[in-house]
Amino acid sequence: MKLPIYLDYSATCPVDPRVASKMAEQLTMEGNFGNPASRSHLFGWKAEEAVEDARRQVAELINADPREIVWTSGATESDNLAIKGAAHFYQGRGKHIITSKIEHKAVLDTCRQLEREGFEVTYLNPKEDGIVYPEQVAEAMREDTILVSLMHVNNEIGVINDIAAIGELCRERKVIFHVDAAQSAGKIDIDLAEMKVDLMSFSAHKIYGPKGIGALYVRRKPRVRLEAQMHGGGHERGMRSGTLPTHQIVGMGEAFRIAKEEMADEAKRLVALRERFWSQISDMEEVHINGSAEQRVPGNLNVSFAFVEGESLIMSLKDLAISSGSACTSASLEPSYVLRALGVNDELAHSSLRFSFGRFTTEQDVDTAAKEVRQAVEKLRELSPLWDMYKDGVDLSTIEWAAH
Amino acid sequence: MAYSDKVIDHYEHPRNVGRLDDKAENVGTGMVGAPACGDVMRLQIQVNDSGIIEDAKFKTYGCGSAIASSSLLTEWVKGKSLDEAAQIKNTEIAEELALPPVKIHCSVLAEDAIKAAVKNIREKRGEKTEEAAG
Ligand SMILES: Cc1ncc(COP(=O)(O)O)c(C=O)c1O
Ligand code: FES
Repeated sequence: MKLPIYLDYSATCPVDPRVASKMAEQLTMEGNFGNPASRSHLFGWKAEEAVEDARRQVAELINADPREIVWTSGATESDNLAIKGAAHFYQGRGKHIITSKIEHKAVLDTCRQLEREGFEVTYLNPKEDGIVYPEQVAEAMREDTILVSLMHVNNEIGVINDIAAIGELCRERKVIFHVDAAQSAGKIDIDLAEMKVDLMSFSAHKIYGPKGIGALYVRRKPRVRLEAQMHGGGHERGMRSGTLPTHQIVGMGEAFRIAKEEMADEAKRLVALRERFWSQISDMEEVHINGSAEQRVPGNLNVSFAFVEGESLIMSLKDLAISSGSACTSASLEPSYVLRALGVNDELAHSSLRFSFGRFTTEQDVDTAAKEVRQAVEKLRELSPLWDMYKDGVDLSTIEWAAH
Repeated sequence: MAYSDKVIDHYEHPRNVGRLDDKAENVGTGMVGAPACGDVMRLQIQVNDSGIIEDAKFKTYGCGSAIASSSLLTEWVKGKSLDEAAQIKNTEIAEELALPPVKIHCSVLAEDAIKAAVKNIREKRGEKTEEAAG
């Protein structure tokens, strides 16, 4: 077995070898290296054809029209283009935006920027299970609301929002609805012919494509307008200028094609792996899943191990590549803002780990990981004064700590 | 984040992990930090009649650097007088363990812990002498 074991697929994925070989064909003199915007020769035409094939592949996974796909450099750019682009275009109608506290920074920071420009933003607090419910969105709607931006699946806790229902109520009120689908595309069904979503962000590297490429879905019927954020040669119907990176785009197309073909089987396999992992650690005392256990993407498990601190836990688990909900290392000593918004207490938030399984995870990986996690948690609890106190029956919340 | 070899050594083989009877007359306990901040350190010292630290134990909830700082501290204080122990500076700990700037507060916590433990045993002894006098 290769060590360390990669269990951080929510952060990024390795490129699928089938994707890598397609990409390699778009680079050299012998390959398809042309500029897709070159109209005057075969090199340009061939590159354009490859780009349009990929556009169709992306559109097919989400049941959209290829003309609704705009290439970007990733979900961060897609979020920026969607939110700033729609806010700027529609600001004549109103200046109120609704989002949630557990969005990715690409959405939160973009909203902060709009606040500086004079927009007003409501940040919804998800329920304890990590879900933002349609009723909450309905309640927050105002006369001057122009845009709702919510994620489909949360990157830390893997919880799924009911975007179909939220889409209905946005459409009724003629409010633009943007969804960040970086963590859901290729993992759960997305049908944009059914779902009333106006703008949707995608990233290739979360589904075995390359980093640095993404797309924004921009609905044609009813038509959604955006103000461009990147000006230049007028590529992508003026919405996003810049020479199209054929190799990146072909890679994203192939990744989306594979996802469409294999998603259903892969989901079953990942749920089985997750269950297998969980069944080997869930009998330990004071181990909790963060976020809804049911309404969650197949490959994600976010767990708090009470009385041990996340960073030291990761230090013990040097054979595992995982991420921690505690940001103690960043000198801010802040536990994850996502877990905090769910009402997870700080101590449990500091004790959380995110395991994310993917295409190349094996049963053996999962078994080894579970065994190491158990050992590390047991070792650190032996070292933990909080564990002693818990065992002595002391209620930690009754103690006056000298917070610093 | 790359850890120094010394931090890893203390983390993987922590010295003097455990617990002394905090009710005992000759044991001083210092508990510092807070779970919400991601670090709690409990440091205990056992002191003989001539005021020398004979034994020290710790348990720490916190990052690897916090665990290493407290482990190192228990080694250092053994055989020292209370005055000497109370003078240990966090900078000495940080230097010995080659802690990076973001980890300095972990060594500060260790300094606070030994100061608190010394204060605790002094209070206990103070009470004792008062009783004897009274
Ligand atoms: C929910 C979500 N949105 C946006 C992003 C950013 O995507 P990208 O890395 O493609 O810019 C990520 C991944 O980091 C994500 O998980
Ligand atoms: S205890 Fe917080 S970083 Fe060390």
